[in-house]
Amino acid sequence: MVQAAHDATSFVAPLEVEEEELYHAKTFIGKYIWSQDAKVIAIQYAVTAIAIGLVALVLSVIMRLQLGFPDTFDFITPSNYLQFVTMHGMIMVIYLLTALFLGGFGNYLIPLMCGARDMVFPYVNMVSYWVYLAAVLLLVASFFVPGGPTGAGWTLYPPQAISPGTPGADAGIIMMLVSLALFIVGFTMGGLNYVVTVLQARTRGMTLMRLPLTIWGIFMATVLALLAFPALFVSAIMMTLDRLLGTSFFMPAMVSMGEQTAYDGGSPILFQHLFWFFGHPEVYIVALPAFGIVSDLLATHARKCIFGYRMMVWAIVAIGALSFVVWAHHMYVSGMNPYFGFFFATTTLIIAVPTAIKVYNWVLTLWRGNIRLTVPMLFAIGFIFTFINGGLTGLFLGNVTVDLPLSDTYFVVAHFHMVMAVSPILVVFGAIYHWYPKITGRMLNDTLGKAHFWITFIGTYTIYYPMHYLGFEGLPRRYYAYGDTAFMSDSAQALNSFITVAACIVAVAQILFIWNLISSLRNGKPSGPNPWEATTLEWQTPDTPPKHGNFGENLPLVYRWAYDYSVPGAVEDFIPQNVPPEDVPTARTDDPTAAPAEGQPA
Amino acid sequence: MSVTLVFMAVLMGMVAFWLLRHTINVRPWAAESRGNLINSNIQLPATKIALGVFMAVVASLFSLFISAYSIRMSLADWRPMPEPDLLWVNTGILVLASVALQWAWNAANKGRMEIVKRAMSIAGALTVAFVLGQYLAWEQLIATGYFMTANPANAFFFLLTGLHALHLFGGLVAWYRTSARLWRGVGETAEIAKIRLNVELCAVYWHFLLVIWLILFSLMLNT
Ligand code: HEM
Ligand SMILES: [Cu+2]
Repeated sequence: MVQAAHDATSFVAPLEVEEEELYHAKTFIGKYIWSQDAKVIAIQYAVTAIAIGLVALVLSVIMRLQLGFPDTFDFITPSNYLQFVTMHGMIMVIYLLTALFLGGFGNYLIPLMCGARDMVFPYVNMVSYWVYLAAVLLLVASFFVPGGPTGAGWTLYPPQAISPGTPGADAGIIMMLVSLALFIVGFTMGGLNYVVTVLQARTRGMTLMRLPLTIWGIFMATVLALLAFPALFVSAIMMTLDRLLGTSFFMPAMVSMGEQTAYDGGSPILFQHLFWFFGHPEVYIVALPAFGIVSDLLATHARKCIFGYRMMVWAIVAIGALSFVVWAHHMYVSGMNPYFGFFFATTTLIIAVPTAIKVYNWVLTLWRGNIRLTVPMLFAIGFIFTFINGGLTGLFLGNVTVDLPLSDTYFVVAHFHMVMAVSPILVVFGAIYHWYPKITGRMLNDTLGKAHFWITFIGTYTIYYPMHYLGFEGLPRRYYAYGDTAFMSDSAQALNSFITVAACIVAVAQILFIWNLISSLRNGKPSGPNPWEATTLEWQTPDTPPKHGNFGENLPLVYRWAYDYSVPGAVEDFIPQNVPPEDVPTARTDDPTAAPAEGQPA
Repeated sequence: MSVTLVFMAVLMGMVAFWLLRHTINVRPWAAESRGNLINSNIQLPATKIALGVFMAVVASLFSLFISAYSIRMSLADWRPMPEPDLLWVNTGILVLASVALQWAWNAANKGRMEIVKRAMSIAGALTVAFVLGQYLAWEQLIATGYFMTANPANAFFFLLTGLHALHLFGGLVAWYRTSARLWRGVGETAEIAKIRLNVELCAVYWHFLLVIWLILFSLMLNT
């Protein structure tokens, strides 16, 4: 099947755009350290992101210990708690999820799935990783400076973020801001690559509408990130200047520690606008790649074409565009004009429409599919459940009147963990179980994988479901301890302890996953080139793992979309994208030219 | 934030329109026979697309600054800032630099490399002069006691001019690499095509930064 694509080259006119010269590294260092190969860069990104993600996981366990068993752990002071909250949130959202989806999966999958030999600017791509690494190291270093990392919350609101009394208001916050700026510079380099590669370096026949949804998700997320990160950049620079030079962009006149500060007239609300102008699209920066990947996992493991492919593409585009006009739903409590609140509540609810379309299409893809309950499939289905849950509470919070009492309570914590923490993480797991065989040539252990799935899936529900109730009661977020309150029922503390136990179990269970990743490198069952019998190009490479240049002598030619599963008439239940209709083995031998794909239900 | 909102709406509108046009009349499920394969990539050099995307990012950055500027401007403590007259001179210099690059681009299209060389050196010199001029304007302001903390308008002035100059520095790196290529030798046609492309990219980027500067400058005059 694979050769079929090769001898077809003679039919096609040469490329109008000249092929980029591949950079060939000779030394070990050039191949694996200062590598310009997108696949190696992807692994560097992924390993770094997962490593720093584990730090954030440990931080969350420490926070939970404090919340579940107050007055037990001496080493957690109130300041530490705030620092852990901040670092946990920031690392998870930006340094783990954004970097892993775009830098990790983006780098690995874009060239392979588009049928390119590499990213279009490999050198810039390499620099992108090293700048990211510098950002991560700077972040880690902030744990060790006097005063420690910043404890301002991941939203870094001024004036409190840079006022004395807030943990890390000296060095910590500055390192945080510089680290973010570095991250953005590094990301922009990578992002240019991802966008241009998708637009310009697809192989012959790979039209936009034949792209797998994974690529659509990553592409649109990159566009969002390129345009939204500047907002964070702007706010980081202005806050750094406020802190270092004493300008008053964000800092109002105020009395701090009994003294009038030198600041005057700045606007903290301005910061909130800038931050959330980045912050809301950021939610979709981690969600859209997850949407795309999960669509491909579902189609592959249910052996069915994705339901409503074009709808899925347009929904991704629509969500991306709309995500720029909803940011102020994070600022309902900032005292805004009620008409603004109305406007942003409306746009927020409108964005639910394309999102709901996607959810329906996922479910309809499963409908009467030939579902194989592999580990990636389990995670993909788990994602649907979790995402629906988080999405529904989002509809609540999108309404101003409902949000006001719930704002800054554990209801919000439960909501955003469901929708933007657990859901994308489930997809990350599913995607790793799915693509690990291509990356390493070996399967991950199935039993360990299933155990990992069930503990994580059920565990996250036991963690986050009860938080909704705590939120209703009014349990505030970002509190080190609650003390005696009239409004909390006595059982709240019991529930908190229960959540902590669940969180510890989930955290420990991740060892199964890490262990699986490491031990399967050696002991995993050899996977062969296409263990899931998938259609997309990365599974059709001549070598597994793919070599430098991805596709050997000739680039693959693409004759069909990525969703030709269970095509009526075809012998096998999948037809790779690079197989022309003429070469599809059909049951009826008398008419070999009949194009079976035409019988596809639309 | 209305400036940013409008900018984003236009940009996202363009993205969505382009994508829709390329995806609406397509039957993705239909397979293609051998021999009909098309190359549906954007038929432009990668660097050109990348420059376009990069300019969108920079435009997003500056539109956010402009939004921040106008929000901050509406607050009580805002006081107008004395603009050094030097800025007018600098603006003229930057315009001339842009003109010189346009000249280089036209000459490159006609293959007249000697003129390209001359135009490129003039453009480089003018750009350096502009950056120096901006620095002098800074000095003048500082000398009269208007550094960043003096008043929010000043803070924005230093921040915006600084960032704009940084972007020009980036452009100068590209300018230097193009010039190095140009002087190293013009012989093969492939090399000429590359130089022509690079000169064009420089020219476009300079025009873009000129437009940004004009917008920023008019904002600062309006304090
Ligand atoms: C086992 C997994 C996790 C546990 C147990 C956990 C637990 C927590 C806890 C206890 C807080 C602090 C709540 C407070 O005091 O206000 C928190 C905050 C947060 N978490 Fe997680 N979390 C987990 C995973 C994640 C992931 C994967 C993300 C990725 C998006 C994430 C994003 C955040 C954010 C953005 C905050 C808010 C930080 C802030 O208030 O500044 N978490 N989490
Ligand atoms: Cu939001």
